[in-house]
Amino acid sequence: MAELTRKGLGGFLARQGILVAFAVFMIAFAVANPRFIDIDNVFGVIRSSAILGVMALGVTFVVIGGNLDLSVGSMMSFSTIVVLDLHDKIGPTLAIPSMFLMTMALGAFIGILVGYLKLNSLIVTLGMLSAIHGLTLTYSGGKNMDIADKEGTWFAVFGQGGIAGVPMPILMFAALAIILSIILSRTPFGRKVYAVGGNGVAATFSGIPRARVVFMTYLMSSFCVATAGLIQASRSMGSQNTVGQGMELEVLAAVILGGASLLGGAGTIFKTVIGVLILGFIQNGLLLLGLAFYAQYVVTWIIIILAVWLDIAAKRGGLWSRIA
Amino acid sequence: MTDQTPALRLEGIVKTFPGVRALDGVSFTVMPGEVHALMGENGAGKSTLMKVLGGILAPNEGQIFIEEQPTIMSSPMNAKAKGVVFIHQELSLADELSVAENIWLGELPKKSFGRVDWTKLYDETDAILKTLNVGFDARKRVGDLSIANQQMVEIARALTVEPRAVIFDEPTASLTDAEKVVLFEVISDLQSRGVGVIYISHRMEEIFKITDRISVLRDGQYRGTLNTAETNEEEVTHLMIGRTLDLSRNAVTHEMGEVALEVRSLSCGDLFSDVSFTVRRGEVVGFYGLVGAGRTEIAETLFGLREPSSGTIHLGGEEVTINSPADAIKRGISLVPEDRKGQGLILGMNCRDNMTLPQVSDLTAGPFVSDGAEVAIFDQYRDKLDIRTPGWRQTVGNLSGGNQQKIVIGKWLSMRPEVLIVDEPTRGIDVGSKSEIHNLIRELASQGYAVIVISSEMPEVLHVSDRIVAMFSGRVMREFTAEEVTEDSLIQAISGIGADKVA
Ligand SMILES: Nc1ncnc2c1ncn2[C@@H]1O[C@H](COP(=O)(O)OP(=O)(O)OP(=O)(O)O)[C@@H](O)[C@H]1O
Ligand SMILES: [Mg+2]
Repeated sequence: MAELTRKGLGGFLARQGILVAFAVFMIAFAVANPRFIDIDNVFGVIRSSAILGVMALGVTFVVIGGNLDLSVGSMMSFSTIVVLDLHDKIGPTLAIPSMFLMTMALGAFIGILVGYLKLNSLIVTLGMLSAIHGLTLTYSGGKNMDIADKEGTWFAVFGQGGIAGVPMPILMFAALAIILSIILSRTPFGRKVYAVGGNGVAATFSGIPRARVVFMTYLMSSFCVATAGLIQASRSMGSQNTVGQGMELEVLAAVILGGASLLGGAGTIFKTVIGVLILGFIQNGLLLLGLAFYAQYVVTWIIIILAVWLDIAAKRGGLWSRIA
Repeated sequence: MTDQTPALRLEGIVKTFPGVRALDGVSFTVMPGEVHALMGENGAGKSTLMKVLGGILAPNEGQIFIEEQPTIMSSPMNAKAKGVVFIHQELSLADELSVAENIWLGELPKKSFGRVDWTKLYDETDAILKTLNVGFDARKRVGDLSIANQQMVEIARALTVEPRAVIFDEPTASLTDAEKVVLFEVISDLQSRGVGVIYISHRMEEIFKITDRISVLRDGQYRGTLNTAETNEEEVTHLMIGRTLDLSRNAVTHEMGEVALEVRSLSCGDLFSDVSFTVRRGEVVGFYGLVGAGRTEIAETLFGLREPSSGTIHLGGEEVTINSPADAIKRGISLVPEDRKGQGLILGMNCRDNMTLPQVSDLTAGPFVSDGAEVAIFDQYRDKLDIRTPGWRQTVGNLSGGNQQKIVIGKWLSMRPEVLIVDEPTRGIDVGSKSEIHNLIRELASQGYAVIVISSEMPEVLHVSDRIVAMFSGRVMREFTAEEVTEDSLIQAISGIGADKVA
């Protein structure tokens, strides 16, 4: 029995390795620089993680459904540019729904290619990453977008407003996380996403319309991207064509860090939120330690590798195994 | 035989999983040159014991001896190097690789600079395949083979080394009779070379045909060893399940209703052609034939997975087109597919969610899945089918093979279909549960369901069917009623003898 408990503890460490690593990181950073756990800093990190977080929520659906989405970064640039441009042309009330429609049309297009035509999602979304970037540049003519009259509009509320001292981006991230978490864990649709990602053939044999489910995951992902674009545009009230560049990898890092399996069929919204926060705090901690901002790109990569390693380590119950 | 050194001896093996004591101090001995059967109910711990022996799982307690030398099996490679070869219950082949590569995986013959010696690889593989008498060659991609042929590839793996002991974990579950004969030849050849063979199966006929001794496990405990020649089915069954079984052929007949399903000259490419039959409410129709006779393909067509090239399907007298499984389910058709791992289950999902998957959209309270309704269904079918699991939260992949199969059956029974199609329903299921499932099929029919049973096991087809359709190479050869059918006429019909006369 003593053997069993030791095994239990080892098993716990292997399964919760990411949380344990996170705790160690946090304590080490806090000791190195007490400002790290300053309430303002903590809020700051969460707020700046919110945009990434909102996108990660949607990608969680796609990944659990057994696919990848590498187009979210450039899709977010597109949303931001479009909503800023339309704001001055047709006003915010019409600009926002129009931007959502246009972004979700892109998501639907990917959904058709991956879901109904069964094309490989890596290829499709990698191609879309570049195609949407081209679309954005064509739309903007390569120029930056700015809202002309920054004082005379309520548009800033999504990025800069707040309720009872809690910044709006955090509230939107939290609300979306709660709603999507309920959809994923409590509704028939959520169950079907797990089934399709876990074993697509068996899902089909159970009468689940696999193509439609995959299509829906991309539609949800694009909805989240549009929301992220809205927050981004509203926060800065102006933007370059490349705001979202590179975010697809950070999003993926957060989702994997949270423990969603790249093979599909596993993961939760709650874990993705943890993944987003871990990524945000680690990047912030390294900045506070004086690491150059551009080192972040390397750090993100290292975190992805560690996350994937811990993921398979948890499955085989050891960091290293002779059996595959 | 008694004064020989055992090829293999296990002593006091204990293996626990969270919530399960799968092996509770199991000891047993395998002599060289004997075929030793390991029997027990689904979940008794047979596969777990063999995984310990094959270096896949580390035991919590206990000791393994090879020729009386204490040994630790640290990995499958290690076990193989020590002469213990394991043929798995669940296939573990790489689909994309060739037959030869799969057989030699990890130990491909090499030339200088680490280059693979392909000629040698293919030649040696073809030599092995020849002794197995199979109809494919070393270069064939494994993914293109039927399940039965994939099983033969697994078996071929055992023949690449000079083994001391070979473990066969339910090797015949998906083999046809002809392939079984080949397998039994392989086993008797191993036996004559002094190899100890451990043979796991739920099929009594096989056990009594090829084994020398029978050891029985029950709930992870060793129950005893019998000499095959001195025992009988009842005694073994009693040791396995603690009671005796009534295996008499069902004599109960009941009223049949109107025609539930009618198929008129249905064809699908060259898979099957001109197939016609009817199934009434309250009737069990058995489809018997060799693997490749087109039975599974007919089932898949009825379930909306294939598009027929000609012919019609009628449900309750009305002509229908079935476009998808969802469509079929809506019309009251259920299919228990033949490949539980690939088609039947989401292995990473828990037991309850797997079972309720086809009806999850209907089990709602408001917009949400109703926990209570789901658990109620799971509990009902767990009891009905005697599924052994620590609870509904257990991941299906952690259940024993037979209990996984029961989850699939429960999943489709709980849909309460009008037409129930079961494809090899008792593959890998123990004798006790098998007769329970047969009784259940009869009971469903008596309640007015129309049931189609596809099986490659003649006793099963004879046992449950009111009518038997014999198929050969995509065609219906003959139909028998339960009264007129005999084993001989059935064998004749499915081997295509007299094909011209009938067709
Ligand atoms: N990885 C695992 N995690 C948790 N429980 C497991 C695991 N593997 C096996 N078990 C449990 O151990 C018990 C024994 O399983 P095992 O596969 O050895 O049965 P078996 O005798 O081979 O049955 P079958 O005839 O159905 O193949 C079962 O209760 C099973 O659920
Ligand atoms: Mg087993």
